[in-house]
Amino acid sequence: MLVLEKNQISAEIEDLAGYYGGNRTALLPLLQFIQKKYNHISDFAQQEIARVLDIHPVEVYAVISFYSFLHSEPKGRNIVRLCRTIVCDMAGKEKVEKAVERELGIKFGETTHDGRITLEFTNCLGMCDQGPAMIVNERVYTKLDPEKACKILSEVK
Amino acid sequence: MEKNKSRVPISQQPYQIDPKKGNGEIGGTVTVEINGKPVQVPFGTTILDACREANVYVPTLCHHPDLFMGGHCRLCLVEVEGFRTLQASCAFPITNPLKINTTTNDVRKARRHVMDLLLSEHHGDCYACVRNNNCELQTLAKEMGVDTFNFGHTKESRFEIDNSSFSLLRDMDKCILCRRCVRTCIDLQEVGVLEAIGKGYDTHISTFMEKPLADVICINCGQCINRCPTGALRANDPSDEIWKAIEDPTKHVVIQTAPSPRAGIGEEFGLEAGTSLTGNLNTALRRIGFNKVFDTNFTADLTIMEEGTELLTRLKKALVDKDKEVALPQFTSCSPGWVKYIEHFYPEYLDHLSSAKSPQQMFGTIIKTFYAEEAGIDPANIVSVALMPCSAKKFECNRPEMNSSGYKDVDYGLTTRELAMMIKESGIYLPDEEKSHFDDPFGEASGAGLIFGATGGVMEAALRTAYELITGRQVPFENLRIEATRGFEGIKQASVKLEGCVPDWSFLEGVDLKFIVAHGTANAKKVMEMLKAGELKDVHFVEIMACPGGCLGGGGMPIPTTTEIRKKRAQAIYAEDESLPVRKSHENPFIDVFYKKFIPEGPCSHKSHKLLHTHYTKRGKYIV
Repeated sequence: MLVLEKNQISAEIEDLAGYYGGNRTALLPLLQFIQKKYNHISDFAQQEIARVLDIHPVEVYAVISFYSFLHSEPKGRNIVRLCRTIVCDMAGKEKVEKAVERELGIKFGETTHDGRITLEFTNCLGMCDQGPAMIVNERVYTKLDPEKACKILSEVK
Repeated sequence: MEKNKSRVPISQQPYQIDPKKGNGEIGGTVTVEINGKPVQVPFGTTILDACREANVYVPTLCHHPDLFMGGHCRLCLVEVEGFRTLQASCAFPITNPLKINTTTNDVRKARRHVMDLLLSEHHGDCYACVRNNNCELQTLAKEMGVDTFNFGHTKESRFEIDNSSFSLLRDMDKCILCRRCVRTCIDLQEVGVLEAIGKGYDTHISTFMEKPLADVICINCGQCINRCPTGALRANDPSDEIWKAIEDPTKHVVIQTAPSPRAGIGEEFGLEAGTSLTGNLNTALRRIGFNKVFDTNFTADLTIMEEGTELLTRLKKALVDKDKEVALPQFTSCSPGWVKYIEHFYPEYLDHLSSAKSPQQMFGTIIKTFYAEEAGIDPANIVSVALMPCSAKKFECNRPEMNSSGYKDVDYGLTTRELAMMIKESGIYLPDEEKSHFDDPFGEASGAGLIFGATGGVMEAALRTAYELITGRQVPFENLRIEATRGFEGIKQASVKLEGCVPDWSFLEGVDLKFIVAHGTANAKKVMEMLKAGELKDVHFVEIMACPGGCLGGGGMPIPTTTEIRKKRAQAIYAEDESLPVRKSHENPFIDVFYKKFIPEGPCSHKSHKLLHTHYTKRGKYIV
């Protein structure tokens, strides 16, 4: 990482920590901000957050590892999460899964070569009455079938 | 543990209100009924503590008296009347009169289920485990009556052993996620290496970004080993290499023994804590094949001479030459955990650290230079082992700069537990051995070197010598007991007034020699923050030990280690000190001989700097 980039991240974290009060309760908003802006929370950013909030880096990492929507390694620009819980499974999740995999040429858990999409499974989205359901970034799509799912993915930038 | 002064979230701190003074005050105490027997306890006491007060046994696993509330393992479940579910007694503060039952059928079954679930994911073979027969999980499994694994017993290993560190091994297959190590590392020591990573079934204890232990900021203090209930964390055991050296007739194997292991090793043989076995250990060590047994206290005395001279030099520079650059207060450098802590967390203050090596490394150098010369042995054939209460000493002897003798100064650092194992392996029952003395040329050392093992000991030893050198009189305390440095308070601050100084040190006349003694790196952090804030300007000398209680609570000492046990070990050390004829470092007769023979220019001279002093690395706390 370039020094300039590092300085920018440090400055951003310090500003935001000041806004949220500068103690450990500011951890989650800080992590969400970095995640949104940089698509992942690098080890440098984690240590900067730890320094600013006066906690240990490993505590920051533990929080990141706990939440599925935070990650420490870069992933695709868009993350597609397909519900794998039993109701969606019975409603035809497997067909959607196969179709999406064929369409993008990758398996679940992988990222496309251009870094556009990462495929992941998720547990229950609470859309059991409208399954199969998937979530693209922060938007939920329900009552999927293979064609609909592929169309949605083709529209993702 | 101290309340409200830690950075731990309030939710994890014990919820306790100090009982009001005077009888009959409302809200001061609560009366609960435990198994039908009424007990009066202070408001906010946990059910577990109330049970212990009432002499009612409750099994615990994740609970540890040194640590904050856990509530992870659920083995301490009890029935509380009016609650639908069983309650974890270690995490239930009593705030109103309760009826508690600890022996119902539900409790028994639930505890057994909890145990079965813990065992279902515990992968390992008890016979081949370093903690066999001293394992809390094993003991509790027997207690719960585990005769079959109701939920299975995993056969496959999920984790690789992390053996990257010189000091510690992590075998996460044996981990039961009690998080004692996490609480130790984050709250007790404030180093922050370990945390629970992931969630659900994937939860495991790991480091920052799952890096190997050698690559993260670990000070190797080994406090996590002492608190691990299973064999998941253990010290890196060099005994195989040592056996090999002992069997090799061309090798001259010498061992130096530190005071704390001698006060603690009895516990490994089933003796009461605080039984000193110095003499017996000497015989046993010779019997298992060590050629010479030396006393680390000799170099502890030497440390006092070197570190004391360094302090006086600094004081002279500050007071006489009015040099503003002099780094005062001076910090002790005997504890390798503390040295690594300051290298990582406060590298800008490294010049405050005494440049004198720790007693272990001084002895290592002397054995391969002075002793090799005296005895006419090629230092290449000497294998130097150090019996230490410490896992960080294993890292210290592997530091690349520790080779001033031209060879690796100390070849192996051995902990108390590992040596006890070696002695048992040889078929020796240590307490039955005859007592014998240490080997010449170093002989017996002074009591001042001995008390290095307890927190405040280095300070006390230094004061005994410095005061006498400066004023020509003995320290003005009864029987040389400097009580201000003793005891287990986190940070102790005191001072000694220097009056009637001898001509050489007249510039110190009337100076109030101020000192601070701290133990545990959480307290070290507080001291460093005080230094940063400029509050230590008039303090001259600071002793810091990385482990709570000093060396006698070290990461290589017998398990378990609790406040009570630490107190008993300290008593053993202080009692042994009072039984010795020589109790001041400068009065150790061999110190004089040694300087005359080997370093005629005296302490802190060029040769002594070359051999007995070291330099430190600015490590910083950024993990790459």
